[in-house]
Amino acid sequence: MPKKFVKEFNVIENSALNATNFLIKVQSDTELPEIKPGQFVNIEIKEAEEIFLRRPFSVFEVDYENDVISMIVKILGRGSRKLTEIKAGSKLSMVYPLGKTFTYPSADDKILLIGGGSGVAPMLFLAKESGLPVENVDILLGARSKEDHINVDDYKKYASLHYASEDGSLGEKGFVTQHSVFTDNLNSYTKIYACGPDGMMRAIAKEAKAANVFCEVSLENLMACGFGVCLCCIEPTNKGNQCVCTDGPVFNINDLKW
Amino acid sequence: MVDLKVKLHDIEFKNPVTLASGTCGFARETAEFFEPGLLGGYFLKGTTLKNRDGNNYPRMAETPSGMLNAVGLQNKGIDYFIENIYPDIVDYDTQLIINVNGSTVEDYIALTEKVNELDKINAIELNISCPNVKEGGMAFGVSCPGAEMVTREVRKVYDKTMIVKLSPNVTDITEIAKAVEGQGADAVSLVNTFLGMAIDAEKRTPLLSTITGGLSGPAIKPIALRMVWQVANAVKIPVVGIGGIMNAADAIEFMLAGASVVQVGTAIFKDPMIPVKIVEGIEDYLKRHNMQSVNELIGGLQV
Repeated sequence: MPKKFVKEFNVIENSALNATNFLIKVQSDTELPEIKPGQFVNIEIKEAEEIFLRRPFSVFEVDYENDVISMIVKILGRGSRKLTEIKAGSKLSMVYPLGKTFTYPSADDKILLIGGGSGVAPMLFLAKESGLPVENVDILLGARSKEDHINVDDYKKYASLHYASEDGSLGEKGFVTQHSVFTDNLNSYTKIYACGPDGMMRAIAKEAKAANVFCEVSLENLMACGFGVCLCCIEPTNKGNQCVCTDGPVFNINDLKW
Repeated sequence: MVDLKVKLHDIEFKNPVTLASGTCGFARETAEFFEPGLLGGYFLKGTTLKNRDGNNYPRMAETPSGMLNAVGLQNKGIDYFIENIYPDIVDYDTQLIINVNGSTVEDYIALTEKVNELDKINAIELNISCPNVKEGGMAFGVSCPGAEMVTREVRKVYDKTMIVKLSPNVTDITEIAKAVEGQGADAVSLVNTFLGMAIDAEKRTPLLSTITGGLSGPAIKPIALRMVWQVANAVKIPVVGIGGIMNAADAIEFMLAGASVVQVGTAIFKDPMIPVKIVEGIEDYLKRHNMQSVNELIGGLQV
């Protein structure tokens, strides 16, 4: 029985969350396999001659009842820009589910989830899936300004929400690693998870290591295949060069050469 | 019922569709999408005597209708393959072919002797054409004496089907093909990737850590097709056609140009199910053209 699939989905929604982030919802006409936070889909960009390869996106939400998968697509280049032009009613080919999930927290864990940019998607997904009471889950989101933040108020039922913005227009001013949640009592958390720009994750990893707190990050290296054959998305680790697509995208920071 | 079986020297493929080395891992990865036995065979990831970490990231750049790679033969070495991978795939109902790479002739010989012990492996592909390693690799494949030496020495220790994978980065690929035929190659496979380059104009930096890399995908198909046709007309041994095959029509074109077997490569990054669709497409083509056997396609170009 196959574990991974190439499937044409129906696009049922494509809406702008802000100037650069879009929410794309797709529906399957067959039952979805189990999909976990951290796992991703590799999407074909159609009607764009110059775009040859698929583009990987983290899964944001899964609605098994209606067989719907949602992704947050941030415009980063030609491929993602083209994808955000897709209309509801059209088809989208996805290779899925790809990659591995996070180490799930146990019942007595207190966790901090840090998302930057479209990296909020797997963090919110994990908050929802964690099964922890809301007081044990903190979400810290970082962006340049208020306009770059995505409205995630729906997630108040799963976690306490904290914001950092570089210009101070939402939440505390500065980077996520300068936020009081992060600076004041990092040791109060038993697990930290992060997804976002490389620089952000490296800064988080440095502090988490110093505080000796368990920390996993989800990487976004450039990839071609998404299922472990092209060996292009490698990340140097203590176990040698590993594929972000199949050995990750989630890595424990102690396994990375950061 | 149409017959899809083809022979390459003395091994039989249930159909002419195989996967190219470096694009199908060790066949376990594609098995997560489809039954391995649906394809004629798998040219497994390039293997060396010892572990190789490969080149630094970034190793990949998307280009018009294709991509550049500079993986640099990352693999855990032949002993790791024999102990940890071979047992997982030995029962696959398909041809498994090991692609071997060396820095020296001695490396190729040592690798071949280890492959000799593996009953399931009916053929070996000598990679003398990898553009992404500093020593060996393409250095052997771009000169007739180099290609002849590796072929001749491996022939001495290998009795099963020996396929030599050729580089397109040469003045006249038919000369290299004839040279390896003269030293006992049972078949040639072509082409490996074309040496290419990509630059980020804004940053004024190369897109690959190695600056240059190997170009693959539909961008190279017309050149690969021409080379397969030229080589098929220049040698008597069978030819394995490779280069930008994306669909059944592409595969059929390579067979008409003279290929007995085709390798699908980069296409699988775009859609892992493409190889299976190509098998179905070839079958449909044969029915539409009232052909009994896929062998009628080989070299069937009407000029």
